[in-house]
Amino acid sequence: MKEYLFLFRGGDMPEAPEAAQAHMQKWMEWMGELSKQGKFVGAQPLDKNGKNVSGSKKMVTDGPFMEGKEMVGGYLICKAGSLDEAVEISKGCPILEYETGIVEVREIQELKM
Amino acid sequence: MPSSNHPVNKLADHLFRNEAKKMVAVLTKIFGTENLQTAEDVVQETLLNAIQIWKFKGIPDNPSAWLFRVAKNKAIDIIRRNKHSQQYDFSDSERVLLTSEYTVNSVMENLWKEELIKDDLLRMMFACCHPGISVENQVTLILKTLCGFSTQEIAKAFLTSEETISKRLYRTKEFFREHKIKLVIPSVDEIKNRTDTVLNSIYLLFNEGYNSTSSEELIRKDVMEEAMMLCKLLTENEHTQLPEVYALMALMCFHSSRSESRLTTDGEIILLPMQDRKKWDAEMIEKGNEYMNKAAVGDGLSTYHLQAAIAYEHCTVKSFKETNWERILSYYEWLCKIADSPVNELNKIVAIMELHGPEKALNELNNIKDRKKLGSYYLYHSLLGEIYSRLHDLNKAKSNFESAIKLTRSETEKKMLTNKILALLN
Repeated sequence: MKEYLFLFRGGDMPEAPEAAQAHMQKWMEWMGELSKQGKFVGAQPLDKNGKNVSGSKKMVTDGPFMEGKEMVGGYLICKAGSLDEAVEISKGCPILEYETGIVEVREIQELKM
Repeated sequence: MPSSNHPVNKLADHLFRNEAKKMVAVLTKIFGTENLQTAEDVVQETLLNAIQIWKFKGIPDNPSAWLFRVAKNKAIDIIRRNKHSQQYDFSDSERVLLTSEYTVNSVMENLWKEELIKDDLLRMMFACCHPGISVENQVTLILKTLCGFSTQEIAKAFLTSEETISKRLYRTKEFFREHKIKLVIPSVDEIKNRTDTVLNSIYLLFNEGYNSTSSEELIRKDVMEEAMMLCKLLTENEHTQLPEVYALMALMCFHSSRSESRLTTDGEIILLPMQDRKKWDAEMIEKGNEYMNKAAVGDGLSTYHLQAAIAYEHCTVKSFKETNWERILSYYEWLCKIADSPVNELNKIVAIMELHGPEKALNELNNIKDRKKLGSYYLYHSLLGEIYSRLHDLNKAKSNFESAIKLTRSETEKKMLTNKILALLN
């Protein structure tokens, strides 16, 4: 088993509270299933606001960092046997109900020193 | 207006006791038994908030929902602050989703569903009655967490200091911390033994209410009701509805049906022969019968079956004179065979006294093997007093009643025994 990071971009959240609740219920079902299989490690949504700190001068600039659509809105870390399996898992993510939704699937690399 | 009469306080008393146990059970499911203290703290803070806010803004339409919402929010705050702390373990698959902001609200909402709470209370009951905890500590914890009694009230019920009760509770919480007892309904092969422990504690609790050792009130109806409520929970779950559970439920119904007739308006004891049988609660006796029928399944015969059968005999006969002592004696003989207890032995001798007279009873009493052990029981001396009084040996009767008085801590029982001595002199 390896660990994979899912980066969530785009997507949207319904505005009406009831629809939002129903949408979050889907996140719970998806993550709940992962958790039951012992594959869930952690996940958090990210706030829109933030700062960029760059270079040796440690320059601090304000976000947003990119176009809204491409901004990372959250992450999830899970276990999977292969990148292919991780991709299959990611297909259940409710963010993909939106055409703008993107899940970037990345294997967590073991650094060989 | 004195604060104790404020409508919020009146409502709070009843509502809080009822809702507090549910909240503790759910919060313990969230934080683990090792953090029972956290669960209790959240409940305490929630109730304090309620009192403060309701006094100011009035009581909300659905006070329970209000309390649950506040407790949920407090629980979420604690999870957010402590999800990486070693004190809390959210690693199992059910609770891990509480650590993600994506899921914490939905999971929290699901954990508080009313239909789940009954089972949470049951699981909590099995944790309180874990075989690793002494019976005394089990009952103390049940009163605290499942009956919503304060440390002060428990101390009063057990005639002991608040400090002793706090120590007992502390030790039990230490046990939970060390062993991280899981909140589960025991598996099929454990259920019988584990339920026996739970029934034992429930019956002790009931007796504490039925024949309180507290010096002021002999009968604590609230304690009796709580014990019956806990037993009822066991009857409602398909895994725990064993025949002995129904038998204990029947026994408690029969006993409690007589509450109203056991004391005078001044709180003095009225003994069985003098009780006004019209005051016995017919509905409660009927309920007892229904439970008795449900208990008559399988071939196991528990002590509760026999005790319920005896109580049934007393409850359903029209007058004391018509009591079927022969049948009662046979039940006691059976009972003494399967449960060797001094109280059962003494009760058997009461039946012998009623059926065969005081001489035979005295003979039997002298034949009991461990008579020395009985010396510390007030019931032993009070029975001896009764036997001698029937034998017209007034001096021995008096001295035995006096020994009994010294051994009981209940003022009401002392009074009753004093009256017996006075009756000897007339």
